[in-house]
Amino acid sequence: MDMTRMKAGAKARGQLRAAVVGHVDHGKSTVVGRLLHETGSLPQGKVEAVAEMCRRRGMPFEWAFVTDALQAERDQGITIDSSHIPFRSALRDYVLIDAPGHREFIKNMISGSSDCDAALVVIDAGEGVRDQSRRHGFLLHLLGIRQIAVAVTKMDMIGYDADRFATVEREFREALGELGVTPGAVIPVSGRDGDNIAAPSGKMSWYDGPTVVGALDGFEVAAPATALPLRMPVQDVYRFDERRIVAGRIESGSLRVGDTVLFSPSNHAAVVKTIENWPRSAPVEGAEAGDSVGFTLEEQIFVERGEIVSHAGNAPVETNVFRARVFWMGAEPLRVGKRYTLRHNTAEAIAEVESIERVIDAARMDRTGTEEVACDCVADVVMRAQIVLALDPAAENPRTGRIVLADGFDIVGGGLIDMAGYPDQRQVMTRRSTNITEVEHRVSREERTRRIGHTGGVLWFTGLSGAGKSTLAIELERQLFARGYNAYVLDGDNLRHGLNANLGFSPEDRAENIRRVGEVAALLSEIGTLVISAFISPYRDDRLRARKAVGTGFHEVFINAGLEECERRDTKGLYARARAGEIANFTGISAPYEPPENCELVVDTANQPVEESVNALIRYVERHFPLVKPRR
Amino acid sequence: MQTRLDALESRSIYILREAFNQIDRLCMLWSLGKDSNVMVWLARKAFFGHVPFPLVHVDTGKKFPEMYAFRDRYAEEWGVELVTGDCPPVEEMDADLPPAARSAARKTAGLNALIAAHGFTGIIAGIRRDEEGTRAKERVFSPRGAGNVWDVRNQPPEFWDQFRARVPEGAHVRVHPILHWSEIDIWRYIQRENIPIVDLYFARDGKRYRSLGDQDITSPIDSTASTLDEIIAELEVTTVSERSGRAMDHEREDAFERLRAAGYM
Ligand SMILES: Nc1nc2c(ncn2[C@@H]2O[C@H](COP(=O)(O)OP(=O)(O)OP(=O)(O)O)[C@@H](O)[C@H]2O)c(=O)[nH]1
Ligand SMILES: [Mg+2]
Repeated sequence: MDMTRMKAGAKARGQLRAAVVGHVDHGKSTVVGRLLHETGSLPQGKVEAVAEMCRRRGMPFEWAFVTDALQAERDQGITIDSSHIPFRSALRDYVLIDAPGHREFIKNMISGSSDCDAALVVIDAGEGVRDQSRRHGFLLHLLGIRQIAVAVTKMDMIGYDADRFATVEREFREALGELGVTPGAVIPVSGRDGDNIAAPSGKMSWYDGPTVVGALDGFEVAAPATALPLRMPVQDVYRFDERRIVAGRIESGSLRVGDTVLFSPSNHAAVVKTIENWPRSAPVEGAEAGDSVGFTLEEQIFVERGEIVSHAGNAPVETNVFRARVFWMGAEPLRVGKRYTLRHNTAEAIAEVESIERVIDAARMDRTGTEEVACDCVADVVMRAQIVLALDPAAENPRTGRIVLADGFDIVGGGLIDMAGYPDQRQVMTRRSTNITEVEHRVSREERTRRIGHTGGVLWFTGLSGAGKSTLAIELERQLFARGYNAYVLDGDNLRHGLNANLGFSPEDRAENIRRVGEVAALLSEIGTLVISAFISPYRDDRLRARKAVGTGFHEVFINAGLEECERRDTKGLYARARAGEIANFTGISAPYEPPENCELVVDTANQPVEESVNALIRYVERHFPLVKPRR
Repeated sequence: MQTRLDALESRSIYILREAFNQIDRLCMLWSLGKDSNVMVWLARKAFFGHVPFPLVHVDTGKKFPEMYAFRDRYAEEWGVELVTGDCPPVEEMDADLPPAARSAARKTAGLNALIAAHGFTGIIAGIRRDEEGTRAKERVFSPRGAGNVWDVRNQPPEFWDQFRARVPEGAHVRVHPILHWSEIDIWRYIQRENIPIVDLYFARDGKRYRSLGDQDITSPIDSTASTLDEIIAELEVTTVSERSGRAMDHEREDAFERLRAAGYM
């Protein structure tokens, strides 16, 4: 950046964006109109024009008409869509967003408030905290707005009563405190008369806190996330001339010429050659969060829209399954199994709602069923995308930790990503060595089958801890061996003593554990062994990867007893300890179990004795792995 | 650290790049005023010196001669693809509108004809939220339905810079890359970037134009601001609204909303 730019830009004052929200008719637009008036922000003639509009409608003067600009809004006395209006205090410039309070227009409230630095919640002193006061408060929190002030307005209508004010303040703090919403200031005001809006009111000498303008001046403008790791979603790749320019906005961190950058999820890396600019002045050496940039690379690798640029040592998570806390605005409820277009920065994917873990109606702060999520509700859902995405948990990076869901043309929801309990798949997907040539065996599969007496294969048991995987596996191994099968059990605890001794129980380590088991099972089955693997293997993707490693001969067997039954059995006492919080990431309790969708066999151990289950398995093996007469 | 102008510019560039990536048949309205010149400049920044879509001038035939001269000079100098379209006579416009609004409606009709002729599905327009009450409620990507109407009572949600760029057959989307700028931001940016503008904005004989429309329905304001510094200083203290010289804004309470609902910018 050259000095002339610095100087010219510095003259402009800072600007803070603040949303004015709250229940319908509580007096938001009135506060806004009056605030503009009090701070001298209305253009000449505006007050006279509003007086004329009100006279024509035969009604008293209405400050709300300053921002309620639509005929329908004025005629019905209600705000329909958010207005963005500039105003200035002695300290700095503002954009106030006067949001609608009617439940029907929540989507307009969200559209207006989503990128604000702060918010003012307006509450009618007489009515107190109502549905949308709570819902808006909760939504502000989800949108990441932490600087909140409350204006308890219409104090003129309750005789400036300090006790009533204290009651409303307590109500608000109680209703929203548990969500983590803590207001900076709670201010008694009269929007209509301008008390405590820009100047302290003589009618409420019992109050000695800030005015509304004073509270706003106390907030800070959010700065771009320069301190977080580099994230730049690729917006486009341009070839207008001889240059091939990768374009996008840096959402966090910073970038310098000469940096090696990684593109995820393609996992290609390259060195940044130049940062381009126009008009072409002095070369740009670096850029940071907030900048829309374009750069060229030293090597021509394939890059497309939707990838995320990071530094190699600090890359985003790669996954196609994650949990999200979603706020829903669709006319149709959000349903399990339904497909949506998922947008994550510039990436887009088809994604399915796999499960709904809980639903919160923020207005009443209660939970509803988990079948579907109605409009205006918030829910924790598990999403499964058809492709792998590069993303971050919202708690780590708000800019790359959020998604939007669309149904057809329409945007129907937004959500914050939470990866707790789900693995980063980057490790298991990345092949590190590339210069490998496989040897060709000169013993054929058929020859091995004739020697051993049956084809090799894998019975991949999956199910909760305590469902009976190991019991059945050991019994089945014994009985199959007796019948002439070369059967061998791969069991979790056994492998963890050796091959997998360096792995723990974090989601990533579990994924790696299963990847290794899958590869070992594949080798053994190729030798001709009938492998029985007994692992919880809770993630569908991990099992799919094992299936791919093994190829034909892979049989997924769901050992199913249901969580309640497993917990009742609790043979190892693990469930009790997990419930007590002694074991983290325990499947079924504090980590997810994804039941199979299309497995080859289900064994219901809740409703039949062990022998019956084993017999069913033997019949299954005899059908799929018939014995041939061995030849030596 | 980003300055305020850097932040405004970066967001505008992001919007322009989204529009270019997401919309097939895209054009940019070039009214020749200060805002649309800033917008063209931002496009050249976004696309590294190129403007990868046509600039459309809907010609009412009643612009100031200085504006036509400006158009022809910079269309050539910047190497842009210029598309012009004419407007039907005022007699064909809604007779129920007050006179200035009726005259302004010609521009909507001219634009609609161009949209139909070229099959545009995205139109980039340089309106700002601080200009006027209904513009204060606009989306960055604002859909226009069949007949190019704006359904202001049912606008789609828009947040986290995720835009609704795709529209059904027969509809189009208006893209507003400088919606979040204010008048004074525009002038500071013109100064910082040295962007050419028509001389009519600078005071001569105690008058200057603050907003440029058709000759017969736009009047100059009293001003002695004849340099960029002086214009910025004037705007820092003025309490006169930017569009005070636009006759159509003051004829009837609902006139401007009706114009915009029917497709005006
Ligand atoms: N007496 C009195 N009346 C008020 C005050 N503030 C607002 N009102 C009245 O309350 C009604 C609703 O005010 P608005 O400002 O339109 O309410 P709002 O919160 O913006 O409503 P929506 O945007 O539709 O949710 C109007 O009739 C106002 O005149 C106040 O401080 N005192
Ligand atoms: Mg309102």
